[in-house]
Amino acid sequence: MEQTAYTPANFKSDQSVRWCPGCGDHAILNSLHKAMATLGVPPHKTAVISGIGCSSRLPYYMNTYGFHTIHGRAAAIATGFKVANPEMTVWQISGDGDGLAIGGNHFIHAVRRNIDINMLLFNNKIYGLTKGQYSPTSARGFVSKSSPYGTTEDPFIPAELVFGARGQFFARSIDVELAITQEVLLAAAKHKGASVVEILQNCVIYNNGIHNPITDKEVRADRTIHLRQGEKMLFGKEMNRGLVRDGFLLKAVTVGEDGYTMDDVLVHDAHTESNFLHQQLAMMDGITLPLAIGVIRDVASPTYNESVDQQVEEVRAKKGFTCLRDMILAGETWEVK
Amino acid sequence: MLEKTNVKVLDKVVVRFSGDSGDGMQLAGNIFTNVSAGVGNQVSTFPDYPAEIRAPQGSLSGVSGFQVSVGTHVHTPGDQCDVLVAMNPAALKQNVKFLKPGGVIIVDIDSFKEADLKKALFETDDPFKELGITAQVLDVPITSMTKAALADSGMDNKSILKCRNIFALGLVCWLFDRPLQSAINFLKNKFAKKPAIFEANAKVINAGYNYGANIHATVSTYRIETEDPRPGIYTDINGNTATAWGLIMASEKSGRPLFLGSYPITPATDILQELAKRKDLGVKACQMEDEIAGVCSAIGASFAGDLAVTSTSGPGLALKSEGIGLAVIAELPLVVIDVQRGGPSTGLPTKTEQTDLLQALYGRNGESPVAVVAPASPTDCFTMAFEACRIAIEHMTPVILLSDAFIGNGSSAWRIPDANDYPEIKVHYLPQEEVEQGWKPYKRDAETLVRYWAFPGTEGQQHRLGGLEKDAVTSAISTDPVNHEKMVMARREKIARIANNIPELEVLCDKDADTILIGWGGTYGHLYTAAEELCADGKPVAFAHFRYINPLPKNTADILSRYKRIIVAELNTGMFADYLQAKFPGRDIRRINKIQGQPFLVKEIVDGVNKIMEEK
Repeated sequence: MEQTAYTPANFKSDQSVRWCPGCGDHAILNSLHKAMATLGVPPHKTAVISGIGCSSRLPYYMNTYGFHTIHGRAAAIATGFKVANPEMTVWQISGDGDGLAIGGNHFIHAVRRNIDINMLLFNNKIYGLTKGQYSPTSARGFVSKSSPYGTTEDPFIPAELVFGARGQFFARSIDVELAITQEVLLAAAKHKGASVVEILQNCVIYNNGIHNPITDKEVRADRTIHLRQGEKMLFGKEMNRGLVRDGFLLKAVTVGEDGYTMDDVLVHDAHTESNFLHQQLAMMDGITLPLAIGVIRDVASPTYNESVDQQVEEVRAKKGFTCLRDMILAGETWEVK
Repeated sequence: MLEKTNVKVLDKVVVRFSGDSGDGMQLAGNIFTNVSAGVGNQVSTFPDYPAEIRAPQGSLSGVSGFQVSVGTHVHTPGDQCDVLVAMNPAALKQNVKFLKPGGVIIVDIDSFKEADLKKALFETDDPFKELGITAQVLDVPITSMTKAALADSGMDNKSILKCRNIFALGLVCWLFDRPLQSAINFLKNKFAKKPAIFEANAKVINAGYNYGANIHATVSTYRIETEDPRPGIYTDINGNTATAWGLIMASEKSGRPLFLGSYPITPATDILQELAKRKDLGVKACQMEDEIAGVCSAIGASFAGDLAVTSTSGPGLALKSEGIGLAVIAELPLVVIDVQRGGPSTGLPTKTEQTDLLQALYGRNGESPVAVVAPASPTDCFTMAFEACRIAIEHMTPVILLSDAFIGNGSSAWRIPDANDYPEIKVHYLPQEEVEQGWKPYKRDAETLVRYWAFPGTEGQQHRLGGLEKDAVTSAISTDPVNHEKMVMARREKIARIANNIPELEVLCDKDADTILIGWGGTYGHLYTAAEELCADGKPVAFAHFRYINPLPKNTADILSRYKRIIVAELNTGMFADYLQAKFPGRDIRRINKIQGQPFLVKEIVDGVNKIMEEK
């Protein structure tokens, strides 16, 4: 009888995990195993495709179909894979260097094309595998081995890139937030189309604590907001802080102070077609406004692979050719006897 | 076996200019004739204009034509034309019967509006379909571009429209490499007393010429006749279409769906366009965001179990190198089509060359062997595209197909094959008993060294591939030095053993001569014709043409050893000659080379062979 329920162990391969002790990737891997078990898609209907970098080693730790490819190209390879076999659930793993620097072009086009894959972006703001150079998400002035005097360029904000590429799904989590990571991974898998999940991940060796100003236990409740579909946008240790409209912008207020009541606090709707508010939420930086985690945008839209299949079916039905020869004979020909 | 082909070498081309009697077709045709005569062509013209000087504009009775044949051995203006310029629907309707199979039609798409179609008595809004036109149509916005070119001229609209013919002429000059300056000189004389009109026409002829250059407009001036004596149903085909169709045949013969990941590039774009149409046969053709995504999406599709292909030209092949290396180490089937053009860099995008040979053989990091094959003629593109797929699938390897602009654009009559003209392609499926015995992805067939192709979605066959070196036994990541060497040698030997699965090299012409002429790829027609001419002229030569480049046919060494003198003729500085020299040291290999973006002339080869034969 076919197995229909899975445990995280069903998705683990026999390979020993070789990330550094304390690396955020361990937690993400565990969350992914759990999310896959909850999702219930069997391991043989699941493919994990990665590029190059620490995070991209992940396919070796999965008991699914897996492909550890070349630097930056995972999104393009996953696109071809999904078009060829749309029955598979496809997870594409990239880091900030892999996905947004060398693979930036494939990243934005996969999002624009809306290929039905789950794109996980492990953002540690550093090149770990090459031992500590700044990445396209490193802040201006960031000091690294390749920027000894600080970088002289501004970073990408992954969410902004996703919205610029007309992305229909964007979620964010933090490596240590296991439950939220599972929640967003599950939502990403259920979303039809390109689902981008940014996971703030700590590189314990080359960029330890880079996310601490936001993710530290002491401050996390005040500097992050967990957005949940249909619920008030509340945060803070006491859950008495809320997001309200301030003209075209957002403002964080304390409910019960300055005349703000619970009625003023916005309700999250990830399914609204307009991405105006989603963008503002996704761009909150954790300092002036809390960093949004959870599913920020999740809007249905035709996927590339389904559209390709549909077109093939329509054209085939219309023309009715059974083979190549059929098609050629329908054109201009002459006979030699 | 390869059918004999005859290339009609730069013989002559026939162009027919047609339009309304007021469109200046006679002038455009005359200038083209004069410019061609000026570069040493023989010319013959046939002005074909209506009795009415000014029949109603756009009507069928008002169509004026001018046909000119230019080239060598020109005795008549030609029965049919290679290029038809039709300035309006009426001209198209009246003249399409003069177009040769495989010819090209240039229309002014701005004058194909509803009212224009009505005047020419078309019943539908698709004149091309209505006339049953299957030829290549260049739909050029001649009117609007002429207007744009003269927007600042201060001329009135009527005068501007009178320059449309010269825009068309500029485009035709681009297509046939006519020197623009001599056309401009002709205009200068013609409009000596009207400098403003001359200026306008000079501007417009440049605009037309530049338009051709910008869109990489090409028309093959070669006709490659295949001598296929077999009865059957024939059609006219160019090399790029034949390539696309050969892939589809391979898909039918292997049972694997066809996937193309590609990016537009001259002169390979036709393959993408043809396969995009072939959604009607279930082909999934994806235009990706760049060349790299083209090859990478194909690699992904191959991992998923499709017959996966990417098509490009030289610069694109350079971009795909890293991806091809991934397919080498992952040992996935992948077909890479390179329709070669002049290089380096952007080089000569519309011109032909054989200069990507070494890039195809060696242009990757690491020990990265791939199979390389090269079609010999437009129709052979079908066979060799099929062969590339067969080798890729049966040997689980990337295969590079080296076509070129000459055969890609060149056309030929072609006998439509029956499905049973081509063999079944044997997919190396992973048997269930292997899985039960603890299969690992890099387990190889003892004889061919080919690994199994396991398809995602199949229960129990989950596996991980990747660009990192793998252990020969466990298939886990391995940096073990001895294992690496073992894997490198296995991948190399796997390619070498493809030689057991390809036909042997044939020797044609005078097998007993002491000189052998050797070629590869798209020069077959010219070389064969030259070898026959030499033999007929009492200068016996043998002739062998390579379509399988890596590995070489098994009998190559044996054949080379039979001849005192080996002459390799190719459209580069000697890449194949170097390759043979390296493989078979000690042989006396002479060279005939041409790097002008043009095919050989038969005479060049005959002269080259004669010269070498006279040497000691």
